Amino acid sequence: MTSPYDEMLDAAGAPRVHCRRYWNWLAEQPPERLAQKRTEADALFHRVGITFAVYGENAATERLIPFDIVPRILPSDEWSRLEAGLKQRVRALNAFIADIYHDQRILKAGVIPAEQVLCNAQYRPEMQGVEVPGGMYAHIGGIDVVRDHDGSFCVLEDNLRVPSGVSYMLENRKMMMRLFPELFAHHPIVPVEHYPDVLLENLKSVAPAGVAEPTVVLLTPGAYNSAYFEHAFLAQQMGIELVEGQDLFVRDDILYMRTTQGPQRVDVVYRRVDDDFLDPLSFRPDSTLGVPGLLTVYRAGHVTIANAIGTGVADDKSIYPYVPDMVRFYLSEEPLVANVRTWVLRRPEDRAYVLDHLSELVVKEVHGAGGYGMLIGPAATRAQIEEFRARIKAHPERYIAQPTLALSTSPTFAAAGLAPRHIDLRPFVLSGREITIVPGGLTRVALREGSLVVNSSQGGGTKDTWVLGGPQAARDSPPATSGELRTASAVQAAVFGG
Amino acid sequence: MLSRTADHLYWMSRYLERAENMARMIDAHQRLSLLPRAPEAVLQGWQATLVSLGLDEDFESLHGPMTPRAAFDFLAFDRNHSGSVLQCLRAARENARAVRGTITSDMWETLNATYLESLSFNSSMPETARGEFLEWVRYRAHLTRGVTSGTLLRDEALYFNRIGTFIERADNTTRLLESRWRDPGGRGERLLAEASEWAVLLRAMSAFEIFRRLYRDSVTPIRVTQMLLMREDLPQSVHRCLDELQSNLSAVANSRSTETLRRVGELHAQFHFGRFEELTAEGIPALLDRFQGRLRDLGERIANDFLVPSGTY
Repeated sequence: MTSPYDEMLDAAGAPRVHCRRYWNWLAEQPPERLAQKRTEADALFHRVGITFAVYGENAATERLIPFDIVPRILPSDEWSRLEAGLKQRVRALNAFIADIYHDQRILKAGVIPAEQVLCNAQYRPEMQGVEVPGGMYAHIGGIDVVRDHDGSFCVLEDNLRVPSGVSYMLENRKMMMRLFPELFAHHPIVPVEHYPDVLLENLKSVAPAGVAEPTVVLLTPGAYNSAYFEHAFLAQQMGIELVEGQDLFVRDDILYMRTTQGPQRVDVVYRRVDDDFLDPLSFRPDSTLGVPGLLTVYRAGHVTIANAIGTGVADDKSIYPYVPDMVRFYLSEEPLVANVRTWVLRRPEDRAYVLDHLSELVVKEVHGAGGYGMLIGPAATRAQIEEFRARIKAHPERYIAQPTLALSTSPTFAAAGLAPRHIDLRPFVLSGREITIVPGGLTRVALREGSLVVNSSQGGGTKDTWVLGGPQAARDSPPATSGELRTASAVQAAVFGG
Repeated sequence: MLSRTADHLYWMSRYLERAENMARMIDAHQRLSLLPRAPEAVLQGWQATLVSLGLDEDFESLHGPMTPRAAFDFLAFDRNHSGSVLQCLRAARENARAVRGTITSDMWETLNATYLESLSFNSSMPETARGEFLEWVRYRAHLTRGVTSGTLLRDEALYFNRIGTFIERADNTTRLLESRWRDPGGRGERLLAEASEWAVLLRAMSAFEIFRRLYRDSVTPIRVTQMLLMREDLPQSVHRCLDELQSNLSAVANSRSTETLRRVGELHAQFHFGRFEELTAEGIPALLDRFQGRLRDLGERIANDFLVPSGTY
């Protein structure tokens, strides 16, 4: 296998130009200081309660996601290119979802086989012909990108249902500034703190037509959900109510929440509950997490649900291979950021190749999530490979295969000191009236040596992600006090009749 | 505010208040055991406390015969019933966790840190460290109250927080009094002993100096009871708690709560305008008992009006 691209150091082991200042600083730090800072970070995360619950473990189990104090640093020009590619991709994905739930032009044109979409469990016939505000479906997207050994970015996965992790992006930055304030004085690091403001603006911008001051709520499955911390955090940062299904009810096609002062109308629901659980009258009847009748309100156009119901049809692994074609079909552009090469095992010629090369490839189940239903060929035993071979032969349409990527590495603190560990990146793409990406995203790191699995449920950790500001970034990032400035000018306008 | 949010805020503060007062109650017994009392009297004192808390049957089924140490462990550390100090701190934190977006980060971190630190206390602690545990609970309760009043916006969140605090405190103060009145060792002809035993109660409630300042006289059961029931300016008194309950309930009043407000007003009037001698004509334990019933009724009404409204209005 070719050696992976390291984010910090070049092939000769020297720091890359944009990392030089950080690397020199790191070399000067006494090991005791760094060790002490790592302990401090752990203690702070515990006190703040930035924990997550792990499925299958005791309900009371709360674990920290390990935080690595070495940041991942991106230079501004690389980020600008990636940003343009992600915006393009998400624009195409939204166009695709809108098309699928209306005219299905892309199916009629034969670009994607119709049964691949219409027989997909994530396709929601209930959404056919439903008009959503602004024609926007995936308001919040988490696009997982990785770097191959040559340093080029490619998209590994689109998350368009209820992507999580943004709270770690924000908390990691806060932690970094607290532990090493001096670094921020000497590096032009583009801020990320305004993400909740951008998110709230974005959610308000897609409120049902005619609502001047929309009431936005965040719908959570509750305190025992693994991402509950994030739900509470985002609701607090946006200043909106954090609601559970039991707090909402439907009357006369309008959605209300139960408050101490009686019912209050709700206009936009930022939901962190899966489609299946949203409305027991339309989806899973045993769900207690949703709101009976919500779909009726939605179809009547009296509430916006973000992300829309049925976006899963665009982020399924079986649809992923066609995303570059979507970019060409809807935008008449060439994709700016590539897919990972993917074999679709329902195609006989792809299947034949993959079955011959199982020990070199990664095979993924198309409905799997969280890195469980997966074969990593080079790391698998003979028996595991044979087991997957049998599974593929029985149900080829359930699998895709990709080359084993030499995911890029970043220096990371391990038990024995600084060592390279594989990382990925999840930027968060917000689509409303316009598309916005807060520079950077969540960098996840596989803490076990050689491991390529960065999921937090499988022993992954996180890092702060720095996008260094060039002149471009400095112009794009809003002033820290934009909210107050707006208010001040509004006051002026009122006073001077402007 | 969401009804469920109000519910969690209310119970968060109730459990915290309960944890603190439970620690004070245990502290009173620790101090009593230092007085020259017969061993049976000490046990009877603990028994009276368990009865006034309604925990005597739980204790029997979990521990069997009464010893001072078993009673201490049961009230302070036992995870097998919801009334122990540790379980109250845990419940306060669980409620806070459910509304961590509504309370301030400072409040959440304080309650979370209290819970995390509480995990290091248990019944295997040496005798000498036990007093420190009780002090620690008091300190954390003071800290949480300070953080709350220092950071929380003066809106519904604070009102429901205070409603929880004061309904719990009114209840706890009457239970503390009740346990003293039920304790046979605490009455009778031994006037000197009686004075020191009631003084212990005052000290455990951080109210001894105040008693001296207000009465400039010797400690008697009647005077202590009068102070803890009737003094409007004393933060621990029932009268004060009813003041607070009434004003905070008025601040959140809605279309369903008229009757609840009338009842709290009626109860408040008894302590505000009533004479102590008339109020206690039926006997002090009977009064305390009747008052706790009224508080239970109020608690249920508050839940129905604000916290867990049923139906779709």
